[in-house]
Amino acid sequence: MTTRMEQDQARPDTAVRANVARDTWNVLTRELKPVARDPFTLIFSLVQPLVFLGLFAPLLIGSSGQPVGETLQWFVPGVLVMIVLFGTGATGSNLQYEMMTGSHERTLVAPLSRSSLLVGRALKEIAPIVVQALIIVLIAWPFGFTINVPGLVIGLALLAVFGVGLGSLSYTLALKTKNREWLFWGVQQTLIFPLLILSGMLLPLDEAPAWMSAVATVNPVNWVVQAERALLAGDLGAITVLWGWIAALVLAVLGLWAGVRAIRKSS
Amino acid sequence: MANEPIIRAQGLTKRFIVKKKTVEAVTDLTFEVDRGDLVAFLGPNGAGKSTSLRMLTTLIPPTAGTAHVVGFDILKRPADVRARIGYVGQLTSGSFAQRARDELLSQGAFYGMSRSAASRRADELIESLDLTAFATRSVQQLSGGQKRRLDVALGLMHAPPLLFLDEPSTGLDPQSRANLWQHILDLRVQHGTTVFLTTHYLEEADRYAERVMVMDKGRVIADDTAAALKANLAGDLLTLGFASAADAERAVAVVQGLTDRDVRRQDAAVILTAPEGDALLPAAVRALDAAGIRVSRATGVPPTLDDVFLALTGRTLREAGEGEPSDETEESDAAGDAASVTTGAQS
Repeated sequence: MTTRMEQDQARPDTAVRANVARDTWNVLTRELKPVARDPFTLIFSLVQPLVFLGLFAPLLIGSSGQPVGETLQWFVPGVLVMIVLFGTGATGSNLQYEMMTGSHERTLVAPLSRSSLLVGRALKEIAPIVVQALIIVLIAWPFGFTINVPGLVIGLALLAVFGVGLGSLSYTLALKTKNREWLFWGVQQTLIFPLLILSGMLLPLDEAPAWMSAVATVNPVNWVVQAERALLAGDLGAITVLWGWIAALVLAVLGLWAGVRAIRKSS
Repeated sequence: MANEPIIRAQGLTKRFIVKKKTVEAVTDLTFEVDRGDLVAFLGPNGAGKSTSLRMLTTLIPPTAGTAHVVGFDILKRPADVRARIGYVGQLTSGSFAQRARDELLSQGAFYGMSRSAASRRADELIESLDLTAFATRSVQQLSGGQKRRLDVALGLMHAPPLLFLDEPSTGLDPQSRANLWQHILDLRVQHGTTVFLTTHYLEEADRYAERVMVMDKGRVIADDTAAALKANLAGDLLTLGFASAADAERAVAVVQGLTDRDVRRQDAAVILTAPEGDALLPAAVRALDAAGIRVSRATGVPPTLDDVFLALTGRTLREAGEGEPSDETEESDAAGDAASVTTGAQS
């Protein structure tokens, strides 16, 4: 017994204590590693927005009869929000996969504060959003899209906040649906297209019937799209910008709250 | 502190509600484990081994009862428990999207290690667990054995005084299994780590564990060294062959005079199970010779833990595993569903 005591004294108890900020940083940097190791995955997931930019924008230009630059000025902000909607909106599937394969369980046994496991993941979403949005903007530029630098910077910040909220909700859905992948995708797909169409992202809602306009008014994605349009056009003081920020912030707070709640119950 | 057992469980019980029916996965689990021990939970799938481990590692709260692990209450101080244990779950610990070495470094950071200390420790483990050639591969690309060795490396990253292993060698070929065990035993000798594992492989419990707790239907039904369990609960299977059934019939009476165990005749053979059969067998042959009954064949088969399980439950381990309605994975499913009802203190 004395030898054991000596051993214990020789090895002081240096066990780590949970610390939300440090843990969040550690979770965030871990999540960024695969992206940093293989940045081409970011380009790959750009295929969908690029298809919309390349195949849908020409139709818009044709039907609106307006100059290319003006149509792009209207359409590109929507594509940026689309990146978040499709990319970040699906990010929960990564967590769900890790729940099924086992590494999520490992992080639950690690001395990490529960909230950091969600917040770190949600914050990670900012990186691909910013990189992908910049690529889209740069591709649209030579075709007549004008870049307003302050507007773009604030627009990216708004997208980031929106992404953190949507990403958190996606993780929440993953945690709630657990090993039922079909349920995750079922809910995700059911929500994403109405949110997309009712945001006026692809086609203006001006001609929409009254009930559609009514639903669109309560769609936070719609507010974010309108704010992005104003911001990227350089109209930083527009009232829609304020509404966009309110929508994104409310979504972020709700998403993080629901996500942290869900991860505390995770096992 | 030092003299305290490293695990002390009192009346740990876990009930799940599955399809509106209450299922008792673990019932009244009470035991202690001393520092430095190597202990195995042995039992069929669905016996409650994983559920017990998940309670002890703070993954799920018990419905009743309590436990102290590395000196801390699993319900009141889960963060302190987590900081001092290593856990290798049944599935893959590394994220499939991550590179093996990156996961080790992240794990080090999770446990508060400095970047340089984590890097040193990762390389040490990569080397000792034969992962050098795969360190920069993604977990997805690793073979089953390589994944499992990475799991163990992740569990050992912060050199925990107590390591939990849930079915560490399931799905491994015999060679990989032997390698893995060599690593675990080496690390144990080096660091004096207490190892607590679950297994449904008899050979594994028999060969490596110093203490075996046999679990069935949520309860520990035996708790001793493998050798003592086999000697006390099973015994060697002895078979003596004769020229005719009549000879065998006469032999039964003679052999029965040497043991209090039940002696049976089967065709032209006499069968019995008895402790210390290795001594009984030559004695029986001599006694039969003296009685003028010629023994034509004699075999003695030492018992396995399966015989122990059979003696305790009337079923073999394999039968028990197949007969169970729910396996361990379903249990963990249910754990998630039931968690909302019973969630305890978590940080």
